[in-house]
Amino acid sequence: MSRSPGSIALFLRLVKASVGAQARYPASALMLTVGQFLVTGIEVVAVWAMFHRFGEVRGWTLGEVALFYGLVNCMFALADALGRGFDVLGTEFLRSGAFDRLLLRPRPLALQLMGHDFRISRMGRLLQGLAVIGFATAQAGIAWTPEAVAVALFALAGGVALFLGILVLQGTLSFWTVESLEIANVLTYGGVQAAQYPLALYARWFRRLLTFAVPLACVAYYPALLILGRPDPLGAPHWVGWVSPLAGFVFLALAFRVWGLGLRHYASTGS
Amino acid sequence: MKDGWREIARPYTAAFASRFLQMLQYRTAALAGFGTQCWWGGIKVMVFAAFYGGASAAAQAPMSLEHAITYTWLAQGLLVLMPWLVDPEVAQSVRTGSVAYDRLRPVDAYALWYARSAGWIAARLLPRAALMLGFAAVALPLLGLGAWAWQPPVGVAAALAFALSMGLGLALSTAMVMLLNVATLSALNERGINALSAPLVIVLSGNLLPLALLPDAWQTALLVQPLAGLMDIPARLYFGQLRGADALLGLALQCFWIALLVATGRWLLVRTMRRLQVQGG
Repeated sequence: MSRSPGSIALFLRLVKASVGAQARYPASALMLTVGQFLVTGIEVVAVWAMFHRFGEVRGWTLGEVALFYGLVNCMFALADALGRGFDVLGTEFLRSGAFDRLLLRPRPLALQLMGHDFRISRMGRLLQGLAVIGFATAQAGIAWTPEAVAVALFALAGGVALFLGILVLQGTLSFWTVESLEIANVLTYGGVQAAQYPLALYARWFRRLLTFAVPLACVAYYPALLILGRPDPLGAPHWVGWVSPLAGFVFLALAFRVWGLGLRHYASTGS
Repeated sequence: MKDGWREIARPYTAAFASRFLQMLQYRTAALAGFGTQCWWGGIKVMVFAAFYGGASAAAQAPMSLEHAITYTWLAQGLLVLMPWLVDPEVAQSVRTGSVAYDRLRPVDAYALWYARSAGWIAARLLPRAALMLGFAAVALPLLGLGAWAWQPPVGVAAALAFALSMGLGLALSTAMVMLLNVATLSALNERGINALSAPLVIVLSGNLLPLALLPDAWQTALLVQPLAGLMDIPARLYFGQLRGADALLGLALQCFWIALLVATGRWLLVRTMRRLQVQGG
């Protein structure tokens, strides 16, 4: 009997299978990717046009804001590709009863859901984010020292964890509603929207919300300050960016705790 | 003779009314959408406030911060007016082949679909727009956020022109949805069409950013293109930026695009229907 693959290997195999399936329709996959690139790129038009007209916003330049924008889009693109299974949990798994099949398999549930339908088209947003980071590098003169690269990767990992956590919470909600509710878009797409500008622009209560409740600022704003070599206009100490991305992992861990509660509540729809 | 006209219009008004009443049932969807739009609008308002914060910047801007904020709430309230989705009922009838039944009805196919799509848009639009008005014009000032509120129109004349222009906006939006419907009929699938139309519509309608805030060099082109008639021209009337002869010109521009798009859509529909093959089943 051959040994069954470990968790990571299994996950990679699931990803390979779903990417392979989409690659069977290369024209469709390409068009969806280009579509994603365009749709997610229109926000760039808004940001660019505002700077074109106003020059700067409270001392922040276009190049600096582009770094925030690019980072948060890369984070969400990766999390969105991974979290698709949680996103469609209600409509594709719970209502149809297919979820019971996942429960019977002797493999971690989260892993199966993360490997479900890994979307090539999400690369459209990722490419767009990377392009904007490239623009930010040229425009704001960012020096990618090993230190800056380390901060960026750490922030990226924390951000992916945070957005994945939001998608897990969205999935958890559907244990009760048996539907995939759009309201979670407030935190996912709305989170991207909010985090693409520096936190310092927002009202105080909103800054608190983005720091302590849904720690978007911890994964994007503070690390980006470090990369830009800018002191925080709100007075947070310099080293915060080195530790704050951890908040993304804490959020994900808490989200899985809530997920556990939802799972215990789960009773099959019986179809 | 008057009865004769009513008799002719009856199937279309019935199609509009039944679709309107049917779509009004989806209250949860309207509420969820409303929550998302409040959040979205709030972020945009804060970003506008920050950009306008610089004193020199605000002086050069072609519209005041109050107008930009009101525009933002208006855009959020009018989100479902934006013609970036194919009417799902049409898409479904194309997929299942039940479009064949529409061919058998002794009515004008374009007018029937137009009436239905108009009902679909209006029924989703009205509750959302009313909720947004209540939130941004009434609730925000009560919460002490008057600076972020939806401001009333500049005068009675502006309000009337705005109302008329919004009606034209609905007719224009429906004419555009009809073009998407016809495209679906010939492509047999709506996904690609939805994906490509959305970015164009969001930018050119002013939904992303008031058209006046886009670069000055583009302004003339932005005003005469058809998507400005959806909400940018109504908004300019609301703020009194277009008045007198200019206001009439704006309304005429909307009418021109409606006539042109309806004629084009009708012609394309007749052509596509003639070549339509429905597989038996």
